[in-house]
Amino acid sequence: MTGISRALKGALAALAMAGFAVSGLQPAAAQTPPNVLIVGQIAEPKSLDPHAVTAVNDFRILMNVYDGLVRYRDGTLEVEPALATGWDISEDGKTYTFRLRQGVTFHDGSPFNAEAVKFNFDRMLDENHPYHDTGPFPLAFFFSAVEAVTVEDEHTVTFTLNEPYAPFLSNLAYPTGLIVSPAAVEEHGKDFGRHPSGTGPFRFVEWQSNTRVVVERNPDYWDGAPALEAVVFRPITDANTRVAEMLAGGIDLMVEVPPDNIARFAEDPAFKVHEQAGPHVWFLILNMKEPPFDKKAARQAVNYAINKQALVENVLQGTAEIAAGPTPPAFAWAYNEALEPYPHDPQKARELLEEAGYNGEEVVFYVTEGGSGMLDPVAMGTAIQADLAAVGMNVKIETYEWNTFLGEVNPGLEGKADMAEMAWMTNDPDTLPYLTLRTDAFPENGGFNSGYYSNPEVDTILEQARQATEQEERAALYKQMQEIVHEDAPWAFVANWKQNAVSTARVENFDLQPSFFLLLKDVAKP
Amino acid sequence: MLAYFLKRIAMAVPVLWGLTVIVFLIMALIPGDPATAILGAYATPENVERLNRQLGLDRTLPEQYLIWLANLLQGDFGRSYSLNRPVIDEVLERFNATLILAGAALLLCTVFGLLAGIVSAVRQFGWTDRIVTFFVLIGISMPSFWLGLLLILVFAVNLRLLPPSGMYAVYGGGDLADLLRHLVLPAVTLAVVATGVIARLTRAAMLEVLRQDYIRTARAKGLSERRVIYRHAFKAALVSVIPVIGIQAGFVLGGAVYIETVFQWPGIGRMLVQAISTRDLLLVQGGVLVVAASYVLFNLLADLAQHALDPRLKT
Repeated sequence: MTGISRALKGALAALAMAGFAVSGLQPAAAQTPPNVLIVGQIAEPKSLDPHAVTAVNDFRILMNVYDGLVRYRDGTLEVEPALATGWDISEDGKTYTFRLRQGVTFHDGSPFNAEAVKFNFDRMLDENHPYHDTGPFPLAFFFSAVEAVTVEDEHTVTFTLNEPYAPFLSNLAYPTGLIVSPAAVEEHGKDFGRHPSGTGPFRFVEWQSNTRVVVERNPDYWDGAPALEAVVFRPITDANTRVAEMLAGGIDLMVEVPPDNIARFAEDPAFKVHEQAGPHVWFLILNMKEPPFDKKAARQAVNYAINKQALVENVLQGTAEIAAGPTPPAFAWAYNEALEPYPHDPQKARELLEEAGYNGEEVVFYVTEGGSGMLDPVAMGTAIQADLAAVGMNVKIETYEWNTFLGEVNPGLEGKADMAEMAWMTNDPDTLPYLTLRTDAFPENGGFNSGYYSNPEVDTILEQARQATEQEERAALYKQMQEIVHEDAPWAFVANWKQNAVSTARVENFDLQPSFFLLLKDVAKP
Repeated sequence: MLAYFLKRIAMAVPVLWGLTVIVFLIMALIPGDPATAILGAYATPENVERLNRQLGLDRTLPEQYLIWLANLLQGDFGRSYSLNRPVIDEVLERFNATLILAGAALLLCTVFGLLAGIVSAVRQFGWTDRIVTFFVLIGISMPSFWLGLLLILVFAVNLRLLPPSGMYAVYGGGDLADLLRHLVLPAVTLAVVATGVIARLTRAAMLEVLRQDYIRTARAKGLSERRVIYRHAFKAALVSVIPVIGIQAGFVLGGAVYIETVFQWPGIGRMLVQAISTRDLLLVQGGVLVVAASYVLFNLLADLAQHALDPRLKT
């Protein structure tokens, strides 16, 4: 009998020893090697073909491997030259001629030239292109205005649009506009997404499924070789595990840190917390086809009733700022600084509800469980429900999983719901209002105006802004649009998300970008 | 024995086929589709339609199913649209990782479950029994994902003895020692509940056997207690414990879903969760088929082991 308990004890001891023995009896003082940056990603990339992906998580890798014709200037959402050294726009806004950078080669050695640019856009847009089947290319509609891409000479390429389309340049700066190596696409076909080749500051080395994506310094980079020797992207889907890896020293940089953990990292001198407001807006769509929100007073009442300060400070723990209108302040050039957020004023809200003739009827509120850019949607929905109850509104929450939620909200709220949560992240101030606030963007016309906002003045302004090619002219129009929409209140404007990241103190020269891209060219880690 | 084996394998085929129909129907019935999942906020009806056409999802459901089945019978599991690679490559790679984790957990829970059960039974109502029973109860009751986080906090973050997540070191590593270091925490976490279940059943089975007349006879013959317990009692008790181990193997595979998420183990459980959330039908089908087939196989192995051990079942 003693033999048995001895065996049990022995086995327990063996297990404990095994744990220590394999760890080499040394605390695994996880120090990542110098000049190699290990980045904790929120998920495995779907593909490293920039034309085939839609997730910000994938863009974080791609922006370091590829270049576009243009890019956002550091710290802004304004376009500057990249693979194109300059461009001319025709008077009618329909022809863009780009002069290409000379002497640039893709990582696979093939030359970057006008033919390569044409290949990239034809592959995405032309269903008869021999490599169109290497898709699908879900965001190709960013370039649906492109009618033809013409090679003028080795280093000049012309895009002909079917209508003036001002966001064209910033769409080129988006990952869907990154330029891939035609030779690599021809070689790998459908598997190009696992064998990427671009012109960017880092070259692809390997992709081990669910373990890591490794890229290394491109010493011949046209804009100066990066400081780091290599970057390793690790997918760590669980946020708690990501935090644990950061604390244990297994990663150097993590993005999308849960709000609960920010304070802990901020207090610890071994870490640096980075924050940056992005082109994101979180709002409630109000159904303007049916009472009570067919009346402006009721819509404004919701804006006055919601305690946005409490939402961003308590629910979101400072990871967002109060939104004033439909355009995020990150679009500095197009943002109307004069706009003030609706203050939290329950008394005013009650008066407005009375004016609108609202009498305690049930208001159905669609809430999602999660989803891209939705922050903490259930907690936020509940807090908003309580704020509205405080001014006498009888709000009933219906919660859906993200895909189901989109399936309910995108076709329009009529006959189903009065309000719905929504959030957008875009790369141009045009995209969101154009897709969600025009009469022609009603769901039945294929747009996202699920609350049926219709103001002819806004329609005209947005059309004009699209046709204008001068940035100042566009800016003035967007500012005017924001004022009108703020007053009409088709949405309840709630929050602009600040992206966050935590790095170890060893990481130098790292800054988050308003585009939410992760640019690592200038980052060092001695 | 061989005939029995073949019969059982043949019986598994309709089960697996039925399973593919059920999975297909469930995936068709849950709202949302891959195109919406891929496009997210940009899912206009027009964009969804175009993408569905490119993904081959514009056909009717029965058509889609028949195409899939016909391809499967030729050994083609299709191509995952969320990962843009052949389903079979992904499934086998991920299943391999799960087998390593589940195998280690199964080994741990069998060894410790049996030992704890035997000790408890032999020392019934003694201190050892009470302590073991207490820990068994805690083990069974504790949510394993929570235990996993706790172990990460203690052994990885505070003591820095073991890595918090992953299967291999991201930089360097990649050898067996590296794998074992990464395996300790998830395997222990995954084994805890099953250890408790096996320990309880072993204890009950042992107590049952120890009351039998032939045990008294064996003791009366003057055999050593050790011999009585291992040769006579344990062997008899094992017959009723083995099918439970087979079932636990299934639970361990199922539990791997949480554990793989907590420890970022690149296994098939985590793959299935991702595949479902992106509505990646072919990947779900492939993953479920492989998991179900292995479940059937584990139970078959348990039955065969029982056959070998139980003289009453010999024909």
